[in-house]
Amino acid sequence: MTKAPRDKRMSIDEVVASLEDGMTIGIGGWGPRRKPMALVRAILRSDLADLTIVSWGGADVGLLARAGKIKRLVYAFVSLDTVPLEPNFQRARQAGTIPEVVELDEGMFQTGLKAASERLPFLPMRAGLGSDVLVNNPWIKTVTSPYATPDGPGETFVAVPALTLDVALVHLNRADKHGNATYLGPDPYFDDLFAMAAERTYLCVEEVVDTAGLTVDTPVQRLLLSRMLVTGVVETPNGAHFTDCRPDYPRDEKFQRAYAAAAGGSDEDWAAFEERFLSGDEAAYQAAVQAFSEEQA
Amino acid sequence: MSETTRADVCAAAVADTFKDDGEIFASPMGTMPMLGVRLARLTSNPDLVISDGESLFLGGTPPIFAQADVVEGWIPFRKVFDVVAHGKRHVMMGATQVDRDGNQNISAIGSFAQPKRQLLGSRGAPGNTVNNRTSYWVPKHSPRVFVEAVDIVSGVGPKRAAEAGPAASRFNDIHRIVTNLAVLDVNGPDRTVRLLSVHPGVTVAEVQDATGFDLGDVTAVPETRGPTTEELVLIGEVLDPKGYRFKEVPAP
Repeated sequence: MTKAPRDKRMSIDEVVASLEDGMTIGIGGWGPRRKPMALVRAILRSDLADLTIVSWGGADVGLLARAGKIKRLVYAFVSLDTVPLEPNFQRARQAGTIPEVVELDEGMFQTGLKAASERLPFLPMRAGLGSDVLVNNPWIKTVTSPYATPDGPGETFVAVPALTLDVALVHLNRADKHGNATYLGPDPYFDDLFAMAAERTYLCVEEVVDTAGLTVDTPVQRLLLSRMLVTGVVETPNGAHFTDCRPDYPRDEKFQRAYAAAAGGSDEDWAAFEERFLSGDEAAYQAAVQAFSEEQA
Repeated sequence: MSETTRADVCAAAVADTFKDDGEIFASPMGTMPMLGVRLARLTSNPDLVISDGESLFLGGTPPIFAQADVVEGWIPFRKVFDVVAHGKRHVMMGATQVDRDGNQNISAIGSFAQPKRQLLGSRGAPGNTVNNRTSYWVPKHSPRVFVEAVDIVSGVGPKRAAEAGPAASRFNDIHRIVTNLAVLDVNGPDRTVRLLSVHPGVTVAEVQDATGFDLGDVTAVPETRGPTTEELVLIGEVLDPKGYRFKEVPAP
């Protein structure tokens, strides 16, 4: 028998079954762009509780907050871009239903992931100095440079704490069954950094192809994840919906508007949205989305 | 030739904010900053590096919200953070609140623990303000925006930066605050907000009434310059023929 790297393909349910209450979960993508929404939806359906969520947030954060899954939220912003303020996140914050909130500058967030990926307790940074990020997070300390400057003693910087993750969830365009993956859109975001900051990474993709297929029509520089960083691979076509996953599909603006209207509306509006779109499994979600877009056409 | 509107005055005022920046990355957030930056690139500062707001540096200067034509570089978010720390950047952000000391808030209104109104989050404001030149665009100058003290400090003004030490103040450079009524900076007494000019048709008293703190001695404040004929043509016929700017600053 020929030896070959492991086949890491698994189902959405297998991924979610491997998660535990109280875990720290990093969610890749950026705001309303290339989010692992199929996995987020599966977490909504699960019994998982008391999660720490680390995300440059979009509807992933809004949905998990609305469902009461978040014990601690680490974010720099939560936005849907064309709907600037995420209604479910806004509602949760204003009702005080997220017990612990860590708001960072968006660059500090990258530095925190970088520290975790390099197995360092912190990395120094200018961002955060003088701002209320340090006032509202008094546990974040500063560090003084051991090197003097020409005008005086060493300067004092923010010691951005490592954002170490138990699990990272990311969604890319293509992967092989071993976990090598390409992004085909405009921006890699920070999915590789999430993977390196995490103990385990679960990768969703639009399509699983054979390894040679990854670079047949795609420059090698678009290979963002190596299999050594990936625990499991899930094929979830349209799985980033309704976030942007170009070139496979753009953000579904009509659906996003319907989501935002329901999230910002009455309890009945939200219950109806949940019943229609979030009460079944991923196949049921995709069927409901299909019916929704036919109605809108 | 088209008639000069308040929006055109604002666009030229934003462009002036970037005219002396040289060859740096101009990062406008929102419609009017984007229009003003592109106007500057076509007039006072052709060396400005501009992006599509997503991940491409633009070789040309297309109309706002149009598709990119020539591309001259790649600027995904990770590289934006690199440029912020490197410093060759001037960002013009929005501001839900700005206070007397030039601090800005885009995080939340009320207490941070349980806000009355949750906004975006601090986004890049803390990092921007201690790393690269930062200006603000306020489409509706009012006492709700210009307050005595912001509820949450996202963008750091010069006083707070000085208090945080040399690492914070070294590159803190709050340059201009352009509004629908006026242009301001933070070079008043003790680095407080100062009124630099009022737009044509606006009185100094109106600006003071729309500001929630005392602007000090404003007796000799000049008028903001109007756009030139060339600028009016560029704004109205090249950069914003569809009139997106009037959604932020309606024509009277």
